[in-house]
Amino acid sequence: MSLLEARGVSRHFGSLVAVDDVSLSVESGELRAVIGPNGAGKTTFFNLLSGFFPPTAGKILFDGRDITALSAHQRVALGIARTFQITEIFPELTVMENLLIPVETAAGLRTTPWLTKARRAETEARVQDLLQMSGLTPKAERLAGELSHGDQRAIEIMMALALKPRLLLLDEPTAGMGDQETHDVVRLIRDLHKKERLSIVLIEHDMRVVFHLADRILVLAEGAMLAEGTPKEIAANEKVQAAYLGGVE
Amino acid sequence: MKKFQDWQGTIIVWALLLTMPFWIGHIGGYTTLGTRVVVLAVAAMSVNFLLGFTGVLSFGHAAYFGLGAYGAGLTIKYLAASSMAGLVAGVLLGTVGAMLIGLMIVRLRGVYFAMVTIAFGQIFYFVSFRWVNLTGGDDGLTGWTRMPLSLGPLSLDILHDETAFYYFVLACFGAAAAGMALLLRSPFGRTLLAIRENERRARFLGIPVDQHIWMSFVISAAFASLAGVVYAYLNNFVDPRAFRWDQSGDFVIMAVLGGMRSFWGPLIGAAIFVVLQDKLSSLTDYWMTPLGLFFVLAVVFFPRGVLGMLKRRRAT
Repeated sequence: MSLLEARGVSRHFGSLVAVDDVSLSVESGELRAVIGPNGAGKTTFFNLLSGFFPPTAGKILFDGRDITALSAHQRVALGIARTFQITEIFPELTVMENLLIPVETAAGLRTTPWLTKARRAETEARVQDLLQMSGLTPKAERLAGELSHGDQRAIEIMMALALKPRLLLLDEPTAGMGDQETHDVVRLIRDLHKKERLSIVLIEHDMRVVFHLADRILVLAEGAMLAEGTPKEIAANEKVQAAYLGGVE
Repeated sequence: MKKFQDWQGTIIVWALLLTMPFWIGHIGGYTTLGTRVVVLAVAAMSVNFLLGFTGVLSFGHAAYFGLGAYGAGLTIKYLAASSMAGLVAGVLLGTVGAMLIGLMIVRLRGVYFAMVTIAFGQIFYFVSFRWVNLTGGDDGLTGWTRMPLSLGPLSLDILHDETAFYYFVLACFGAAAAGMALLLRSPFGRTLLAIRENERRARFLGIPVDQHIWMSFVISAAFASLAGVVYAYLNNFVDPRAFRWDQSGDFVIMAVLGGMRSFWGPLIGAAIFVVLQDKLSSLTDYWMTPLGLFFVLAVVFFPRGVLGMLKRRRAT
């Protein structure tokens, strides 16, 4: 059984068809990339998967369960975490607090008015782990809004990881990053995929990143599925070359 | 040293509040003026729990302030002649009111939320105005007073001793401040900050945002109704203006004036507001005009409030 399955999912905004009958099936431990030209409906498709808004038609299953009607926070509780293309963090809180909030939510503490010492030590240790993993430890007490774009992108990914997700949806994790930062993020994603066996769906513009990381690739164009296959198959696909890759190379 | 700096403000605030009856006379004030500051500070801090720490503007907290005030007054007048009974009844009435109203409005955001909170406040205003048999209407609820406290052999005459009443109000203030501070440092408090900072991110971290705003709204209204209870006790009187939109507006002004991102900001705001009102209204009937002008200037020059400005100056 697939971990995530989208069956003929569509989304209309008035007369605009943003996502048109897209199907996707992600196996546990798989890293799947979604690519396509600007305006192909990639982010809208992500919004459907993560529960930002419901699909106009089609069904979404997670671990065999129909989640089409579930709200965003209910999907997070099932283990689906996402990041955003435009950084969404807590700018006036410290880096530490940015990570502590998802750690506490994942531990089921979101309505807790009082923490025992043992509980506090647990959550703080987990935050320290995440800081270490991202190299943000020296900046833990800084306000997130004061940090560089690259650091903020790292916080964005770490906040999603803090939820201990079973499926991670990454919307252009390297957007606006320099070469070194992109390299660091790619290494992080590869480690999560290869070492932790985390299932990941990734939207990405940088073709080097996509072909380097993905097990399989889904290509969208004008809201519809154009092709689907391994990186080799996609690179050899003439329709994809015509619609997308041709313009880049 | 960091620990001390964190607590510095709190220590100064409490040192000043605990000794207030001993020094306020020397600077041209009087004890009841100090009591009024503390009462309105509870209300302003309750508004700020929602505004400054959840990012939601209620422009109708007078609804719960008024329910607290009428709940206490009516209880003492008709049901049980005890200040504690009135306090419990007032807070309960305000809190239950907020629970029900909260359910209806919690999906709204921004200016829509603010408008609907005003509307509910005005509903209570007109009901209290019209229901003359129960509330005394425009003349207010009279024929009752706060009652002396008695706890077993101990008794405290808060009715005739203004200083004793001040400390009773200060105890209520302390309980409210401690409760809010505790909540804001807890995981629950951090979810509220998350909603203030970025609602979308909060939702995609698994926080049911509407539910948490509802909880914050109810907690905030509970403290507002506590403020209403002691406000009624302070005056030994309640009238429909306790419910009115301009009363709600005063609370928001106090919170913004003092600094809505800081915990003690609304207390400073309440002190400035009450003292200015007291001085100006003894000079002119049009005291609202200079007070309004002062507020506009303060917001233009110190957008983070008085306390926010002081903090920034020290940081640079």
